[in-house]
Amino acid sequence: MGQGDPVAGPVGDLRLTLTEVSKRFGESRVLDGVNLTVGPGETVALIGPSGGGKSTVLRCINGLTTFDAGSIRVGPVLLSPVPGGRGGSDGEAARRVRRLVGMIFQDFQLFPHLTAIENIIEAPVRVLGQRRTAAIENAFRLLKRVGLEEHGEHYPRQLSGGQKQRVAIARALAMSPRALLCDEITSALDPELKHEVLQVLEGLKRDGITLMVVTHEIGFARRAADRVVVLESGRIIEDGPPAEVLDRPKMPRTRQFLSQILA
Amino acid sequence: MRCDPRRSPGIDTSPASIGVIVPRFRSRPASFLALAVALVFLPPALAAARAVGGGPGKALPSRPPGAALRWAADAEGGAPYIFKDPKNPDRNVGFEVDLIEALSRDLKRPITFVQYDYKSLIPGIQRGDFDFAMNGLEVTGDRKTRVRFSRPYYVFRLQLVVRATDHRFESLEACKAAGCLVGTLEDTAAERLLDRMGIAKKVYDGQVEPYRDLTLLRLDAVLLDLPIAIYYARPNPLLRFAGDPVDKGYYSIACRLGDEGLATELDGALDRLLQSGEVRRLYEKWGIWNDDQKELAGAGIEDIITESRRLWTFDRYAPLLVQGAWLTVRLSVTSFLLAILLALPVALARLYGAAPLRWLATGYVEFFRGIPVLLLLYFLYYGLADLAIAWDLGFLKLAPLEAAILGLGLNYSSYEAEIYRAGIGSIPVGQWEAAASLAMPRTLTFRRIILPQAIRVILPPMTNDFVALFKDTSIVSMIAVVELSKQYQILSKSSMKYLEIGLLTAVLYLIMSVPLGALSRRLEKRWGKGIL
Repeated sequence: MGQGDPVAGPVGDLRLTLTEVSKRFGESRVLDGVNLTVGPGETVALIGPSGGGKSTVLRCINGLTTFDAGSIRVGPVLLSPVPGGRGGSDGEAARRVRRLVGMIFQDFQLFPHLTAIENIIEAPVRVLGQRRTAAIENAFRLLKRVGLEEHGEHYPRQLSGGQKQRVAIARALAMSPRALLCDEITSALDPELKHEVLQVLEGLKRDGITLMVVTHEIGFARRAADRVVVLESGRIIEDGPPAEVLDRPKMPRTRQFLSQILA
Repeated sequence: MRCDPRRSPGIDTSPASIGVIVPRFRSRPASFLALAVALVFLPPALAAARAVGGGPGKALPSRPPGAALRWAADAEGGAPYIFKDPKNPDRNVGFEVDLIEALSRDLKRPITFVQYDYKSLIPGIQRGDFDFAMNGLEVTGDRKTRVRFSRPYYVFRLQLVVRATDHRFESLEACKAAGCLVGTLEDTAAERLLDRMGIAKKVYDGQVEPYRDLTLLRLDAVLLDLPIAIYYARPNPLLRFAGDPVDKGYYSIACRLGDEGLATELDGALDRLLQSGEVRRLYEKWGIWNDDQKELAGAGIEDIITESRRLWTFDRYAPLLVQGAWLTVRLSVTSFLLAILLALPVALARLYGAAPLRWLATGYVEFFRGIPVLLLLYFLYYGLADLAIAWDLGFLKLAPLEAAILGLGLNYSSYEAEIYRAGIGSIPVGQWEAAASLAMPRTLTFRRIILPQAIRVILPPMTNDFVALFKDTSIVSMIAVVELSKQYQILSKSSMKYLEIGLLTAVLYLIMSVPLGALSRRLEKRWGKGIL
């Protein structure tokens, strides 16, 4: 893992701010007045019971899901609510956010008909208009960084789960995002494969990229996160440094959750 | 003479049934060839067996005096032979119905009517499904080897019909000199006469359609049996008879080969009815009596067809078959391309369109999937032509090939649209989200990420449909397009060379379908890269 490659672009200035964000799916209230600020270069772990709204927070930030009320600011871009909206947004603001913020999914979602290299260069060439040769060069550098320089010509089905997820990270990095949203990116992996993916994340943190990580890996949160945020029933019930939230939780609900997950 | 527009289910020797087998046997050409040869050999071989031994059917019945007889005919054939009484659709009328009543009285036997598909009448007799067929059956050399004909009950001639306003010619000779196109029915004396004279012809399945096309300026003339002309052309003020009737042929009653008892009985009865003037009275009632009929009392049957069989040599029929094959290829490729082009926007509208657009696309699919392609073809070819005349819109009058391509294209576009919709819809929504998270716009995502994956899902059922379409092209013979299957039927019946023409047809279908299978395998491999 080559450290210090400035692949993540200038990182010093991006701030994510959620103000009173609410979202319903039919009768159920998924987000209920969420307020959250993530500073430049900060690593925030989102934890909490299933259905608490962790993934929805990430999806609202880059417009894959619209929200009903409140506002989200990503650097210079302001996302407005779409009351009662279903699905995501393909608007100008969402696309500007996506140029700044990358996302990685639990089930990888590599493009199965493209090789690892083709997966990585697709958006840089087609969206950013990079020259193909330059994009390929950069893709190999990114593959090397995630430890997969030998696998550029492989199709996704020829890769293991951990390898797929590392290609997905390289693919997101190829767009030079200033922040990465990681949605349970190790949940579909065997324990020994989780390690290689988490290592890559920790490397990215050292390079100073902003990270929002939805995770059940309490060990990773303790080790790598600057802050741990606990979401329960669409509300943030706890927000602080890992040592405080994980070791001396104020809320009984947090204690209960932690004891369940560590049991 | 007359032909029913419906297909015979009984003796289908058409290569369409061979075409079904093509995709399944494409990996084993040797075994396919063996099967194809067997299929081609079988029907004529069976026919020959029936002709020689009286068939594998039931033994000839013994009939006590007064026992009932079963008479078969196709009541959908048309006037003046036998047709539904417009005043009482449960009843059949026609000069043949009257003649049957007279025969029944003379023989003192009840005669019951059996509805039978016109094209299956001869095999029906051989199977013993009824006692005899009387339905304007023309005496030909081919039929004489398969059934026992009675003495003729009607002498027919062929009448040339032209548009009332057309005075270019009054005879077939003049018609040939003018290089005219003449419409007629398949496998008839009229068709054989046109062939003998080398006149350009267009062959139809029903007797109404040629006259319609004549009024629509698609034909220069129509040559058909005089009784048909009397009923379908003479009452039409737009048409007129050109010159006197020509040539000659006979309608006879067909019995089973070897059923001499019944044949003799019928011969005797016909003789008595002719002598007594009953036949004349009856024909006069229907307006089809003429001097030719006096010859009926003499009763000799001439062969018209032996001549034409001799004339059908390889170098005459092979070019016609190749033409038919080329038309089949053009027809299937063009109509499938049209189907593909129409299907994509329809599928996209169904998947992503706003509500009204979605409903429209759904309606389109349901409509073109729900109506029979034959109906669609008739509408496009004849229905639009009516509108063209009524509104003076020339472009609505489609040529047969245009109507065929449009009809098949529209029909198949509804199937393709559903295949596309299913294929595109089968790509997980996560793929859309992953592309969106990389700031890819929706159209780019569709083109670069979704469609290439969907094509892999779409390709096998699409290949299936193309093969199906390839075979469905044979249906367009209904609007006077002669593609390979039709050409095979016409040529093999005219020449009775089922074997050699059938083999050549099978070879032509193979030449077309084997590369098709190879192409589809290559495409599937290409699009399956990384996934399969």
